[in-house]
Amino acid sequence: MSTDTHAAGAHDHHHADGHAHSTFSGYMLGFVLSVVLTAIPFWLVMSGALPSKQITALVIMAFAVVQIVVHMIYFLHMNTTSENGWSMMALIFTIVMVVIALSGSLWVMSHLNSNMMPIHQMSGMK
Amino acid sequence: MSPDLLKLIFGRLGFESLPLHEPIVVGTFAVVALGGAALLGGLTYFRLWGYLWREWFTTVDHKRIGIMYMILGIVMLLRGFADALMMRGQQMLAFGGSEGYLNAHHYDQVFTAHGVIMIFFVAMPLVTGLMNYVVPLQIGARDVSFPFLNNFSFWMTVGGAVLVMASLFIGEFARTGWLAYPPLSNIGYSPDVGVDYYIWALQVAGVGTTLSGINLICTIVKLRCPGMTMMKMPVFTWTSLCTNVLIVASFPVLTVVLALLSLDRYVGTNFFTNDFGGSPMMYVNLIWIWGHPEVYILVLPAFGIFSEVTSTFSGKRLFGYTSMVYATVVITILSYLVWLHHFFTMGSGASVNSFFGITTMIISIPTGAKMFNWLFTMYRGRIRYELPMMWTIAFMLTFVIGGMTGVLLAVPPADFVLHNSLFLIAHFHNVIIGGVVFGAFAGISYWFPKAFGFKLDPFWGKMSFWFWVTGFYLAFMPLYVLGLMGVTRRLRVFDDPSLQIWFVIAAIGAFLVLLGILSMLMQFAVSFLRREQLKDVTGDPWDARTLEWATSSPPPDYNFAFTPVVHDNDAWWDMKKHGYQRPLTGFRPIHMPSSTGTGIILAGLATAMGFGLIWYIWWLAAVCFAALLVVGIGHTFNYHRDFDIPAEDVIRTEDARTKLLAGAK
Repeated sequence: MSTDTHAAGAHDHHHADGHAHSTFSGYMLGFVLSVVLTAIPFWLVMSGALPSKQITALVIMAFAVVQIVVHMIYFLHMNTTSENGWSMMALIFTIVMVVIALSGSLWVMSHLNSNMMPIHQMSGMK
Repeated sequence: MSPDLLKLIFGRLGFESLPLHEPIVVGTFAVVALGGAALLGGLTYFRLWGYLWREWFTTVDHKRIGIMYMILGIVMLLRGFADALMMRGQQMLAFGGSEGYLNAHHYDQVFTAHGVIMIFFVAMPLVTGLMNYVVPLQIGARDVSFPFLNNFSFWMTVGGAVLVMASLFIGEFARTGWLAYPPLSNIGYSPDVGVDYYIWALQVAGVGTTLSGINLICTIVKLRCPGMTMMKMPVFTWTSLCTNVLIVASFPVLTVVLALLSLDRYVGTNFFTNDFGGSPMMYVNLIWIWGHPEVYILVLPAFGIFSEVTSTFSGKRLFGYTSMVYATVVITILSYLVWLHHFFTMGSGASVNSFFGITTMIISIPTGAKMFNWLFTMYRGRIRYELPMMWTIAFMLTFVIGGMTGVLLAVPPADFVLHNSLFLIAHFHNVIIGGVVFGAFAGISYWFPKAFGFKLDPFWGKMSFWFWVTGFYLAFMPLYVLGLMGVTRRLRVFDDPSLQIWFVIAAIGAFLVLLGILSMLMQFAVSFLRREQLKDVTGDPWDARTLEWATSSPPPDYNFAFTPVVHDNDAWWDMKKHGYQRPLTGFRPIHMPSSTGTGIILAGLATAMGFGLIWYIWWLAAVCFAALLVVGIGHTFNYHRDFDIPAEDVIRTEDARTKLLAGAK
């Protein structure tokens, strides 16, 4: 066991413990995809190709989510088996936490907005 | 000098910032200054600075950092408790037209500082300190994953504490309550430095907490010794893992909320203002998304400590290990689903309130499962009533009461009556003192012999125990009564004289707790003087079950000469049962991380930057920020990060232990 002679935290010499391998072409592909995924939303805003601002915003958010996935796969080298599955587990946990915090806040704040903001009538208490 | 120049150099800071008009603060300052001067003089006289710098301040050894966290926690406990005594005294006296002895300006700072200090600078350091000390030993590692980061995290926590302490004598602290709700904490209603002290103290300390969370997760995931699968980890390591996951997932929320509040205060944005589209309710919502997981961050490691203690002092394997692990994980997830119960009364309406009321009640199920597991571990065990076990029993009794009042508060209609009343105050002190504080004390008395090589004196320990437990009940049971009668929190004066008797009883309780704290300090002093009688030569004074007891007390720098191999949950118990023989030959050099002063320098710069931002001393903030970058990047060029402990040194240490063990038999 390598920990016999190596300090726990100093550093490890072996790199091939389940990291997805990073290659030049992988990085290039990731870079190109990121550029494309950035250029399209930019063009959407500048040209105003879509009929309403709200639709544009939603489409941009969808592009942003894809962008995050591209970064995770090509730059962070995450896949279902890297780090013995810990990366995947951490990702799932993160998504659960983010979904709870965002959807919960939206739910709570929309109720607070309809019940408590002065312009509204109190009759609509949910 | 012209006023403009003075303002450029000193920002808002001037002689009028010093609270010279407050005799209590001036008196405190005199005592602190004299005590501090005596301490610094003593350190200089005995030439301890070099030793402290080399062996402690710059160390990357998780054991020493853990001990420093504990010292920080205990020192800050004295400050936080002084605030508590002042509040109890004020509320006891301020009846029948009396104004008490604290003016409103001072009193509001006292209750804010009490809450902030007790949570961030007492409970967090005590919990982090125990995790830091124990976890690497329990999993058979030589240090944490990132030893330098560990040192840096500790000093950032100290930096936050320094800022809070500085607010006592330079300027003032927030007068907003411990969560600094806007609009009160916005610049319009709190134009002074108080809230800025609050923000930057928490931001500086928060960096430390988050990084230490990442560090410990990584340590537990990557550095377990061979054979220790996830389901063979000691329960304390499990609860530590869950706690640190919670830290990493929730502290960024606090950081962002405070950053948005800073933007409101510094550059005039309107995130949490009353008008221009801002919503103070969003602040309350976001800060509790951090705040509720925070209380589980504190209590989960305490649950781990009680599990270790119950099993050791009952002489039995922990009942229901698997259910204990699952209960911990379930609590981890559920703690994210309940935050709204802190503001049922804000007006979300019936559907939202019922959802969060029900999730809150569900948390009591895994917690109750844990309680039964401890009871069944004790059942038919040969229980030894040593100090750690006494704290555990006191916890079980006290925490059940606190838990039940919590379930009561989880019912939204009941909460509409009890919200922000003293009933709530009694409830959360009941679970935090009964859970976290008693847990930390159980942990301190349990692992003290491991850290220092001698046990704590039982007589003064028992004095402390009984003063604390009776003091706690006397101090907080009256608050339940007062809360049911409708007394709200944070009041400075009272009209109804019939309430006074309850506050007198509570003040007597607080005084007993003071005796408990003093007895604990006495216990440390007496134990140090009697260290030869209380010595632990075996390294396993309690006949315990987990790996940390397999090495010497105190452990050598490298923890274990050979990495242990684990076959069972209770690894050390298993090794003892199978006639484990300590290896006496074949030692090899051990690769270890080197000490570095970068952590303390970076934290010092961050603290100074916080001070500059608080007082609008922009040049100071800018210089410190630039210096942070320079020192931080400079550190990446430091290639002297590790060294080998030569085999001869290992042999010498291990031979000394062999002699000691032979002498003990």
